[in-house]
Amino acid sequence: MPHALGSSLNALVGGLFLLTSFAMVATRQVRGCLRMFIYQSILLASSAFIIGVHPVYWHLIAVGMINLLTKPILIPWILRRAMPGRIFTRREVSLTINATTSLLIALGLTVLSYFIARPLLVTAHTNFATVNLPIGIAGLLLGGYTLAVRREAVPQLLALLTMENSAFYAGIAIAPNLPIISELAVAFDALVLAFVVGLLTKLIHERTGHTEVARLTDLKEEAKQ
Amino acid sequence: MTAKILYNILQVLVVMAFAPFMAGINARLKEIVQSKRGPSIFQPYRDLWKLFHKDEVVSERASWIFRVTPYVVFIAPLFVAMLIPVLTSYPLFFAFMGDMLGGGFILAIAGFFATLAAVDAGNPYGPMGASRTRMVSFLVEPVFMVVFFTVSFVAGSTIPYIVQQQWVISPASFFAPSHILIMLAFLMIIIAETGRIPVDNPSGHFELAMIDESKGLEYSGTGAALMKWGGEIKAFVLMCIFLNVLVAPWGLAGTGNVGAVFLAIPLVLMKMLGLIIVLVTIESSLAKLRLFRISEFLGAAFVTGVVAMIARLFAL
Repeated sequence: MPHALGSSLNALVGGLFLLTSFAMVATRQVRGCLRMFIYQSILLASSAFIIGVHPVYWHLIAVGMINLLTKPILIPWILRRAMPGRIFTRREVSLTINATTSLLIALGLTVLSYFIARPLLVTAHTNFATVNLPIGIAGLLLGGYTLAVRREAVPQLLALLTMENSAFYAGIAIAPNLPIISELAVAFDALVLAFVVGLLTKLIHERTGHTEVARLTDLKEEAKQ
Repeated sequence: MTAKILYNILQVLVVMAFAPFMAGINARLKEIVQSKRGPSIFQPYRDLWKLFHKDEVVSERASWIFRVTPYVVFIAPLFVAMLIPVLTSYPLFFAFMGDMLGGGFILAIAGFFATLAAVDAGNPYGPMGASRTRMVSFLVEPVFMVVFFTVSFVAGSTIPYIVQQQWVISPASFFAPSHILIMLAFLMIIIAETGRIPVDNPSGHFELAMIDESKGLEYSGTGAALMKWGGEIKAFVLMCIFLNVLVAPWGLAGTGNVGAVFLAIPLVLMKMLGLIIVLVTIESSLAKLRLFRISEFLGAAFVTGVVAMIARLFAL
């Protein structure tokens, strides 16, 4: 693959990656959030492939494969197994701040992340880092923002996983020589995270009949119910 | 020079003549998707013919604004048609008069007069629809601006003919993230501005839910015909800008050859047919948004535009 084509493809993937992060902020349905997360993971994997192909980095290709296996396939499967289907069919998930304002705040965060990334890019030696690093930071911030704004457990989990995705996305461009064992560890970490939070949410749902974290402020004794 | 003037007039005539045709194809395709037969694709021409032969009724209370508005709404998009590349890839005689920003302003004047006329007639549904139309268009405005800024960053100009040259230089610039995102944002603008389904339902005749349609409620006869035709021409012009400037500037006449210019007419119509199929797919697969969700739709368009600009400014 010629270098220019590689970097413009990577830039396209980066733009779409950023768009999926925005969509995670504003999407209302749980199912929509999950779908966006799947798209984002596929984009992450394709970015890893694009960066790993030209000077061949086997690590990156392996990372892409692991990502393709775990995030778009295993994690949604675990979540669907662990949660009752009703959570996914709920149409509207409440947001603390309305979607339009959220989008504007998210834009501000993105611009901020470009300013943060600019001094860091001086030391970067690859062409890909100029795209991946700011978008990765933006994804991290947007994931954190989503985590803060959402009130439901499942979108919060997905936001957490988005943050992990974004950190990975920035990481593959800055440090393509990261040992594969750490990548594997992180991938399994995400799996375990999804599993644990999934089970926890299931338990909460069984106990209280909903998964709204904001409504879990008071504890009730079982005998009184 | 004479050729350029003649082609420019031809361009305006083509826009006038084929705008109802495209509206007819659009309506027919939508009906086919809903497994109905639908009206003939020439139905808009018949509607116009019928309306032009009817008497006009004007309210006693209406002022001159009410009478002038149909002409403004009809002529404004024709002015824009002089400025943009419809048939040729080189600037024609009147193209120096304005850039894309100017085109936006001219279209905005038509919208302004339509709003005034809707309020003028005193029909209670008119002002309601007019205020909704204003809401949609003031949300569209920033998206328009961001799209134009990004385009002018890329091309170093806001003249549509220069912008159009910029995208075709290499496939790398065609697939650049800013370009793809700008296309997306502009598509969302077209959907909002021409009153298509996620924003507005053009075939709904229920006054309380109307947005774009309500501006023509009070008109009859010639006025109604001009408003309708003007709306169709506006949709045609917006689609022309989208196709010939931003997406697919191919198939236009590159030389002043008469044959090439006439050959460009069917080619442009073919491209537009493709775009209409995309739009019909979008319209048939989505539900109409509630009024206060429109701001989210256009907010998404704005974000897409700004992301395109950021990607352009910082990454390259």
